[in-house]
Amino acid sequence: MIRPDAPVLLEIRDLTARVEDQPILKGVSLTIRAGEIHAVMGRNGSGKSTLSKVLAGHPAYTVTGGTVLYKGEDLLSLEPELRARAGLFLGFQYPVEIPGVSNLEFLRVATNARRAGKGEEELDTFAFEDLVRERLQVVQMDPAFLERSVNEGFSGGEKKRNEILQMALLEPLVAVLDETDSGLDIDALRIVAGGVNHLAGPDNATLLITHYQRLLDVITPDYVHVMAAGRILRTGGKELALELEERGYDWVDAELAATERTPAEVG
Amino acid sequence: MASSATVGDLVSQPYKYGFVTDIETEKIAKGLSEDVVRLISAKKNEPAFLLDFRLRSYRQWLQMEEPDWATLGHPPIDYQEIIYYAAPKQQEKKASLDEVDPKLLETFDKLGIPLSEQKRLSNVAVDAVFDSVSIATTYREKLAEHGVIFCSISEAVKDHPDLIEKYLGTVVPGNDNYFAALNSAVFSDGSFVFIPKGVECPMELSTYFRINSGDTGQFERTLIVAEEGASVSYLEGCTAPMFDTNQLHAAVVELVALDDASIKYSTVQNWYAGDENGKGGIYNFVTKRGQCRGDRSHISWTQVETGSAITWKYPSCVLQGADSVGEFYSVALTNNRQQADTGTKMIHVGPRTRSTIVSKGISAGHSSNSYRGLVQLGPKAVGARNYSQCDSMLIGDQAAANTYPYIRSQQPDARIEHEASTCRISADQLFYLQSRGIAFEEAVSMMVSGFCRDVFNQLPMEFAAEADKLLALKLEGSVG
Ligand SMILES: Nc1ncnc2c1ncn2[C@@H]1O[C@H](COP(=O)(O)OP(=O)(O)O)[C@@H](O)[C@H]1O
Ligand SMILES: [Mg+2]
Repeated sequence: MIRPDAPVLLEIRDLTARVEDQPILKGVSLTIRAGEIHAVMGRNGSGKSTLSKVLAGHPAYTVTGGTVLYKGEDLLSLEPELRARAGLFLGFQYPVEIPGVSNLEFLRVATNARRAGKGEEELDTFAFEDLVRERLQVVQMDPAFLERSVNEGFSGGEKKRNEILQMALLEPLVAVLDETDSGLDIDALRIVAGGVNHLAGPDNATLLITHYQRLLDVITPDYVHVMAAGRILRTGGKELALELEERGYDWVDAELAATERTPAEVG
Repeated sequence: MASSATVGDLVSQPYKYGFVTDIETEKIAKGLSEDVVRLISAKKNEPAFLLDFRLRSYRQWLQMEEPDWATLGHPPIDYQEIIYYAAPKQQEKKASLDEVDPKLLETFDKLGIPLSEQKRLSNVAVDAVFDSVSIATTYREKLAEHGVIFCSISEAVKDHPDLIEKYLGTVVPGNDNYFAALNSAVFSDGSFVFIPKGVECPMELSTYFRINSGDTGQFERTLIVAEEGASVSYLEGCTAPMFDTNQLHAAVVELVALDDASIKYSTVQNWYAGDENGKGGIYNFVTKRGQCRGDRSHISWTQVETGSAITWKYPSCVLQGADSVGEFYSVALTNNRQQADTGTKMIHVGPRTRSTIVSKGISAGHSSNSYRGLVQLGPKAVGARNYSQCDSMLIGDQAAANTYPYIRSQQPDARIEHEASTCRISADQLFYLQSRGIAFEEAVSMMVSGFCRDVFNQLPMEFAAEADKLLALKLEGSVG
């Protein structure tokens, strides 16, 4: 839902970042207001996951330039856990397994950390059990998953559902969902998309990263951005996703080649 | 970036027990000889049988060689450079704590082990050993009402020489191994526990060992006897000041369980580990063995080993009685340049004896952590069973973990199960937890406690939380 007067939640300006010595993000700008759903599309390797991890504060990525304001404040100087407590959420493309750490305990500690960030009181184990059982329904997940170690032995689809369950518990203001649709069969895709739609509201915003149209058939984006070689090459409405679907990514390559042929340093 | 460092920084929290108590001590001249052995015995007014035991052990020690089969490396130890007896200068052991040197009470207070009447740990009796001598034992009268003897071994030699003569050296003989022989020759003090027939010890017993002097070896000797149907849970804790030289600690612990008796022995070892470059720290060469002498007896070792520059330690069970049970639960954490070679021996002698081994090794920094275990089933151990699980966790990519399980079975149909695994705390796992609002240290601590849960569950309740905190502290700054 686009409301030009809605408050800006996330403002990315000319963001550049590298891994080791390799520049990956080469100037990304993006403004997200409350109530909006954005989709970032692009080929494998174009830098989508890098963007999501830089936003969440992964230590392997070094920001080399640009700014990111979250609710008007500098996001990049915050430790990852503080970003999460402030309401930024990253749904991972490849959620890791954490053997020995109970999923239930993990969800409770995470939920309470986020609640502390909102100035809310901690939930005890009983209150949390009630909450988690209610939120499990958002992703139609079996409570048996709570008793296991975090993501350990979960199938790809179960891991993604566990991500959305976390999102449902943490109630983020800005949720960045990295390829939450990949590896899901059609039923799982509906469940996950249903969860995302259910959680999207006028006060929060969602940034969907995907390279398939099929997710966007069930979650309608307000904006679609096409990413290539570490830049956002084009921004449009939901029809841009359809255009991509039809024409493939080749024209993106052509456009990219064109921009690279007009380097600023010439002349 | 503070928390966005690597898995390598999290283990280097300053050691908070590193202070030295400034107290007048009586020390004998350094070096070891037959005269020194006689002198120690004379200082303690020991009966002839004990002097005899010491001298025999000493002579055997002279014939022995320091073992070199463990995965450990250290410069040679000069046994003539060590002081074998040091005691805080207070004349007699005091009848009342009020007379104990306040500096000593204060030391134990600082260590979190209050000895004074008002502040005592409820339901835990404590024997406090400072350098070579026991300075106080709490709750003695209350225990005596139940017939339980809990005192320093020196006092036991005076007050219960018959029990000492009957049991000392019967589980770990004076010539058992190099370090046990050394201990048998020069041991200074330690704890003695005796639980008479049918008595369930009414409280946790605990000994707290504190090394204070920089040039003194610590050779304590602990003996626990549980008669028929008796049971006891015992915990030892240890700390030492930070010196940039190495101190030798060579203890012997003997446990005897008669028919239907049960002994649970827990250790939280936090000797000074040396600095991040491996300078200083305790060399911990310990022999611990329990003998399930009686039928249906039960001995359980739980250890949380976090300190020492070198740990060489294999708490073992000799399962003699029919249907007796031995257990070993261990968490060994090494960081920086620490080296640990630890494990257990389960010697199945009697029929239908059972043993369980759960070992969790955590290695961080440049440390090396080895599990070495022996499961032996003798010709009469018909129907004996063993289950072993050895897991290693690596933090960072400079640390080493090894597992050496040895099985010797003369029972072709015996059930012996062994499971082993290795995992690594990865930056991505930590980031995952952080990205859910969980602070870096807490994230590491969650992963480490999850890994250690099976062992921590075995610790007495009062100490399980402590152990959790201790590991978190030891790992602070090591991950990133
Ligand atoms: N941790 C990393 N180490 C090395 N290279 C990386 C790392 N993360 C990403 N890259 C590289 O950065 C580029 C962009 O990757 P990524 O952000 O994962 O793209 P996308 O998510 O769009 O497929 C790729 O060339 C990838 O190989
Ligand atoms: Mg990706």
